[in-house]
Amino acid sequence: MTELDVRSARADQLVAGQKSQWEIIVGLEVHAQVTSQAKLFSGASAAYGGAPNAHVSLVDAAMPGMLPVINKYCVEQAIRTGLGLNAEIQRVSRFDRKNYFYPDLPQGYQISQYKSPIVGEGEVEVEPDGEDAIIVRIERLHLEQDAGKSIHDLSPNETFVDLNRAGVALMEIVSRPDMRSAKEAAAYFNKLRGILRALGTCDGNMEEGSMRADVNVSVRRAGTREWGTRCEIKNVNSTRFMMQAIEYEARRQIEILESGGAIDQETRLFDPDKGETRTMRSKEDAHDYRYFPDPDLLPLVLDEAWIEQIRASLPELPDAKKKRFVREYGLSAYDAGVLSGDSDAATYFETVAKGRDGKAAANWVSQELFGALNKKGLELSASPVKAEALGALLDLIKDGTINGKIAKDVFAKMMETGDAPGVIVEREGLRQVTDTGAIERAIDALIAANPDKVDDVKKNPKAFGWWVGQAMKATGGKANPAVVNEILKKKLGV
Amino acid sequence: MTDLTALTLASALDGMEKKRFSSAEITDAFLAAIEKANPHLNAYVVVTAEQARAAAKASDARRAKGQAGPLEGAPLGIKDLFCTEGVRATACSNILGEFTPTYESTVTANLWRDGALMLGKLNMDEFAMGSSNETSRFGPVVSPWRRGNEDAKLTPGGSSGGSASAVAADLCLGATATDTGGSIRQPAAFTGTVGIKPTYGRCSRWGIVAFASSLDQAGPITKTVEDAAMLLQSMAGHDPKDSTSLPDGLPDFRTACAKPIKGMTIGIPEEYRVDGMPAEIEALWAQGIEWAKEAGAKIKKISLKHTKYALPTYYIVAPAEASSNLARYDGMRYGARVAGKDLVATYEQSRARGFGAEVQRRILIGTYVLSAGYYDAYYLRAQKVRQRIAEDFREAFKDVDAILTPATPSAAFALGERSGDPVQMYLNDIFTVTANLAGLPGLALPVAVDAQGLPLGLQVIGRALDEETVFAVSAALEKAAKFSTKPARWWT
Repeated sequence: MTELDVRSARADQLVAGQKSQWEIIVGLEVHAQVTSQAKLFSGASAAYGGAPNAHVSLVDAAMPGMLPVINKYCVEQAIRTGLGLNAEIQRVSRFDRKNYFYPDLPQGYQISQYKSPIVGEGEVEVEPDGEDAIIVRIERLHLEQDAGKSIHDLSPNETFVDLNRAGVALMEIVSRPDMRSAKEAAAYFNKLRGILRALGTCDGNMEEGSMRADVNVSVRRAGTREWGTRCEIKNVNSTRFMMQAIEYEARRQIEILESGGAIDQETRLFDPDKGETRTMRSKEDAHDYRYFPDPDLLPLVLDEAWIEQIRASLPELPDAKKKRFVREYGLSAYDAGVLSGDSDAATYFETVAKGRDGKAAANWVSQELFGALNKKGLELSASPVKAEALGALLDLIKDGTINGKIAKDVFAKMMETGDAPGVIVEREGLRQVTDTGAIERAIDALIAANPDKVDDVKKNPKAFGWWVGQAMKATGGKANPAVVNEILKKKLGV
Repeated sequence: MTDLTALTLASALDGMEKKRFSSAEITDAFLAAIEKANPHLNAYVVVTAEQARAAAKASDARRAKGQAGPLEGAPLGIKDLFCTEGVRATACSNILGEFTPTYESTVTANLWRDGALMLGKLNMDEFAMGSSNETSRFGPVVSPWRRGNEDAKLTPGGSSGGSASAVAADLCLGATATDTGGSIRQPAAFTGTVGIKPTYGRCSRWGIVAFASSLDQAGPITKTVEDAAMLLQSMAGHDPKDSTSLPDGLPDFRTACAKPIKGMTIGIPEEYRVDGMPAEIEALWAQGIEWAKEAGAKIKKISLKHTKYALPTYYIVAPAEASSNLARYDGMRYGARVAGKDLVATYEQSRARGFGAEVQRRILIGTYVLSAGYYDAYYLRAQKVRQRIAEDFREAFKDVDAILTPATPSAAFALGERSGDPVQMYLNDIFTVTANLAGLPGLALPVAVDAQGLPLGLQVIGRALDEETVFAVSAALEKAAKFSTKPARWWT
């Protein structure tokens, strides 16, 4: 029997109620859409979007006599994910039917893996911001079909059904209840997303619903070992909502327990507008899904050689990447973590850093670029500044064409126009002035105009900064700061 | 002129090959016979006369060009469980309404590939659930056979009653059928025809309306063992669209029919000697054993000790799968819908009106045995017993090459005679369900008539994938039995 309760919350993670301190226990069931051209059991396209019911085969529509045939690529993706999660790949697994009636489920059952999932136990190391790393154990990963979509808001009296998603392959990744705060849960979810994206097994696109989580929350008095009754919050599709939902739900449960009540085991929904969770269905309404092995499908028996072939083709994963970034580029653990967590960010960073100063590249990517993208609400993939262009900007700094300050202005213009840095520097005449004669002339003019300040700086060395600022301003910011410093010191006699 | 409809499939193909008659002629003969007989027998629920004539003409043209397939020009009947492109397919259930598939089942597509053509769709028990063809939405099929001089209407058996009746009454050269617990073999035995359920996975289930997926198998009903071998040859074969379809290649079944059985060992299972079995059936079985001996086979008593649990096991496994397979008939996307005040009411009314009583009974049984708290006691236990039944056979087949049993515990009964008692009805399948549970090939062939003049059959069960031995033993028995009685054509 697996030990479920392997850790206690740190003191700073405890939540204070009216009467006592409480520990939050969180486990996640993450649904990740498998990156694949076709659906799990039919040849229909799994592409997102498309006109309603444009991607529907006879199998998806549950026409009489139609049969499922497993998509081998989806199985490969599940194995790849299992290997990426350091998990046990089950040599024999099988598919079960989960029976219930709903218009967006044409067969009247979902094909899932209930008793024998394709992937067993694994683990993920998670490092929440500014906290020590924790281990989150994976209980299992199984393959299942997505349902279609019921559309209730097109007509007051009718519900429309779009089966484009029906039959699309999902991986359900179930964690152990190993998280002790909303922050840990969010960090785990992000880590998982990073791993899946690096593996190429799920695009992690939350807006398109490619990744969503059912969040299990319970609370118990600090220092006690007995589990509380949990509630499951369905279909949370962002880490921000996940954190809000966990915090709200924990508070709700604590209030009930402190006032002498009991928690009902139930399924709840998070309402992002109100920031609260509410009952979706109680335990009494729970379906009896009548799971049984799908007789249309044979057990899934995996060939050892195939698993090894997939293992050999695994890309570098975030943890290994992070270590390499520290080793190879001399980054801080924090910067390395930020840049290795997402495969797009890592690729971008390495393109910029190639043949350049790694630390400078890391600073530009994680500070300037991410800051600017954040402000514009853009994904990295939509950045107007491509990695090659940012690299070229760094080259201009390195070879002294522009100084660091001007570089920030050039970068801002690159974000606006998408133009190459060299083009912007030439167009705007931003080339750094290293001509000492020109700088000397500008400084001479400054000294002549400010005799009082000359005396000032001799008494008060702190006033030197004023002179530097004025000199830079006089040269349009283009002067080489080192040269300015040197000439000023000489001329002012400080 | 000879009556073309009375020919066997083999002789009809031979006749066309030798240009004694054309596919158009024999097709017309069948269409004329159907027109006369069908109002009395109710074997066909759709007659596709025009398509059949056009197909026959095209077939004759192919033959003239030397492009004849193995079944070129052979007019067949197709059980309504098979989806047929552009031709209504209802599984004889109201819930499918006027459903007309846009696709062709693999098995029928294989037949058309080999030159055969369709006369129409054949009546059956609703969703293949029944042993007397009385649960069809189109009404029962009447057997061409009668007891002595009585004119009481008899059942042709079920669920493939239309297929059996049509073949027995010369309304097609052969028919497709399906067998989940005996639905090919029991009607064949009741009507003096031959029916084989091949090894599970031999015939693709793609495009066949599902009843119980782990048990359903398609097979032919024909006039002779050789005809069955020929039809199965075309129907069977690996199909990547069915995950349970077997990749194994097909041996030549027709050649297997001529294989001598001298030196083979035939097993006789003691457990098939059930209480209350009519003496005539006992005698018939004993006669079969004698014929096998005369043909040079050795006889060995064997024990299939879990046989008595087969029927209860079947009536857990089959309804469980059916309850899930039939969930798709919800009145939403095709078939008949009865609108209710809301979604749940629409589901309830569509299904309450769309499904007949027997189908509803099995959905209820299936839902019950899969329910939380009952699953282990019923479904899981039944799966374990199913394993034991399969092991019994595996053990027995270490010592024997084929097993000989009676096909049914009685001759055909009258319509209405047993429809009030489901358990009595289920007992019809007592000798046949074991082959479904174990996935083995089983063939029923007629060997005699009883005192009232009704046909009685024997069953030959073989190892998985060894239809060849089943055909060889069956052909030897057929040869010895010289069964040639035909029902009187009282409807003409």
